[in-house]
Amino acid sequence: MSGAARLLPGPIGVVLFLALWQIYCATSGISPLLLPTPLQVLRAFVEVMGEAPTWNHLSYTLGETLAGFGIALVVGVVLGWLIASSLLLERAVHPFVVASQIVPKVALVPLFVLWFGFGPTSKVVVSAVIAFFPIMTNTLLGLRSVDPGHDDVFQALRATRWQRFWQLQLPSAMPAILAGMEMAVVLATIGAVVGEYLGGSDGLGYFAVATMNAFQTDRLFAIIMLLTLMGFILYLAIAALRRVILPWQRKAVGE
Amino acid sequence: MSVAVACQGIGKSYASRSGIVEALAPVDLTIGAGEFIVLIGPSGCGKTTLLRILGGLLAPSAGTLGLKPGADGRQNIGFVFQAANLLPWLSVEENVALPLKLKHEGRAKRLTRARELCAQVGLAGFERSWPRELSGGMQQRGAIARALADDPALLLMDEPFGALDALTRTRLNQELERLWLARGATVVLVTHSISEAVMLADRIVLMSPRPGRIQAVVKVPFPRPRDPALEGTVEFQAIASELRARLGETS
Ligand SMILES: Nc1ncnc2c1ncn2[C@@H]1O[C@H](COP(=O)(O)OP(=O)(O)OP(=O)(O)O)[C@@H](O)[C@H]1O
Ligand SMILES: [Mg+2]
Repeated sequence: MSGAARLLPGPIGVVLFLALWQIYCATSGISPLLLPTPLQVLRAFVEVMGEAPTWNHLSYTLGETLAGFGIALVVGVVLGWLIASSLLLERAVHPFVVASQIVPKVALVPLFVLWFGFGPTSKVVVSAVIAFFPIMTNTLLGLRSVDPGHDDVFQALRATRWQRFWQLQLPSAMPAILAGMEMAVVLATIGAVVGEYLGGSDGLGYFAVATMNAFQTDRLFAIIMLLTLMGFILYLAIAALRRVILPWQRKAVGE
Repeated sequence: MSVAVACQGIGKSYASRSGIVEALAPVDLTIGAGEFIVLIGPSGCGKTTLLRILGGLLAPSAGTLGLKPGADGRQNIGFVFQAANLLPWLSVEENVALPLKLKHEGRAKRLTRARELCAQVGLAGFERSWPRELSGGMQQRGAIARALADDPALLLMDEPFGALDALTRTRLNQELERLWLARGATVVLVTHSISEAVMLADRIVLMSPRPGRIQAVVKVPFPRPRDPALEGTVEFQAIASELRARLGETS
C-alpha cells in the first residue's frame, strides 16, 4: 500500500460518519436536546473552550488523573515486584487480587466519597484504584517473563540480586509495564471523571453533569469531546515515552 | 591467572515427566590450570549439562566439583552458551561490556575494551547496532566477545562456532588460540567438529551417548601456535580418524 492509501481510510471514515450524523439530524427531525448536529457541537465546543471555568475544570480533572495515575504506577510496580519475588506472598494476596479484579470498581465510588469526602482526594483514590490493576498485573507478568538464557548470563557472571533486578528483570519487564501504563492512563481518566460525577463541584465530570441538568446537550457533547481529547493526549504521551524508553523495540527502517 | 578444575564422580539426573533421566553418569575429570580441553560427543550425551555444572549454573546430583583459583585469586567465569543470549535492550558494545559493568568498571574504560573485542571477533562497525539487527552468527560472535571481556580465569564455551561458516570459523579458532596463549585461561570448549577439536585442544574428552560418561581422553601433541595448514598433515589426520572411529563405535 502506498502512503496515501494507508493514511486516507481513517479521515474518510470520520468525515463519512459526521456527514451521516448531520443528515440524520436534518431529516429525522430529532430534537437538538437529544442529539445536536455535529455543527452545533462544534459551535458549542468553541464556546465552551472560550470560557474560563472550563479551563479550571480541565486542570482540576487533569491534576486528579495524573495524581491517581502516579500513585497507581508506584504502588502497582512495587506490589508487582514484591509478588513476583515471593511465592508465599503471591499465594497470600492472590484471593485479594482476583477479588479486586471482579469487583465493579465503579460501584465503590460512593464508598470512597464517604471516606475521603467531596474534595479531590476521593477522586484521586478512585482514579488510582482503577488504574493500579493493569500496572500491577503487567509488572508481575513482565518480571516473570525473564528469558532463562539471559538469566544464565547473569548467573555465570555472579551478578548480585540487585544487579539482576535493575539490569535484567526491570528491562525485561519494561515492555509489559508500558503496555500496562497505556491502559492505566485511560482508566485513571475514567476514575477521576466518575468520581466527579458523584460528588463535588469541580472538574469536567461535575461540569458534564451540571450541563446535562441544564439541558445544554450541545455543550455536554463538547465536554465529552474535551475529555476524549484529554485521554487521547495522555495516551499519546505514554506512547511517546515508550519510544524513548524502548528504542530497541523500534521497527527497523523500511518495515 | 587460571583455574584448575577437579570433578569427582559428578553425575546429573533430571526429573522429567517421563520419569528420571540420567543425563550424566558419574564423571571424573581433572583439568590443569591453563589447559585447553575440548568436549566432543553425540547430541544429548550431557555436554551442556557438564559445562553448566562447571560454571555453577546447575547443581550436580552426585559428586563434588573443586575449582582452585590461580595465584592471583581470580576465578571469574566466561560462558558462551549454545544460544547467543544477547540482551535485546543493550547495543552490541554494551552487551560485550556487561561483565565489566557488573564489576563497576568505568563507562569509558569498559566501552574501549568492548570495541577492541568487537573488532577482534569481526564486528567492527556494528558496535552501536541492536542485537536483533545482527545475523545469528554475528550475535554468536558478540556472545564470544562478551565472554572474553572480563578476561575470565575459566572460559566455558558451548559450541561457540556452530553457527559460523568454515572460513570465519578457522579465523576465530586462530584468534581464540592467540588470546588464550596471551591470557592463559583454562578453557573447556564443546564442539561437534572433529577438526576443530584437534586444532584447538591440549586434550580431547570423548563422551559416550546418554547417560554421558567419559569414553576416552586423547592428547593432542602439536606445538602452538598451530597453523591452519596443520590440518593437511598426516599426523593431524591420524588423530582425527582415531576420534572418528571411536565416536563411530558408540553412536
Ligand atoms: N532441564 C532438563 N530436564 C530434563 N532433561 C534434560 C534437561 N536438560 C537436559 N536434559 C536431558 O539431558 C540429556 C543431556 O542434555 P545436554 O543438553 O547436556 O546434551 P548435549 O550433549 O549438550 O547435547 P547437544 O550436543 O545436542 O547440545 C539430554 O538427553 C536431555 O534430554
Ligand atoms: Mg548442548
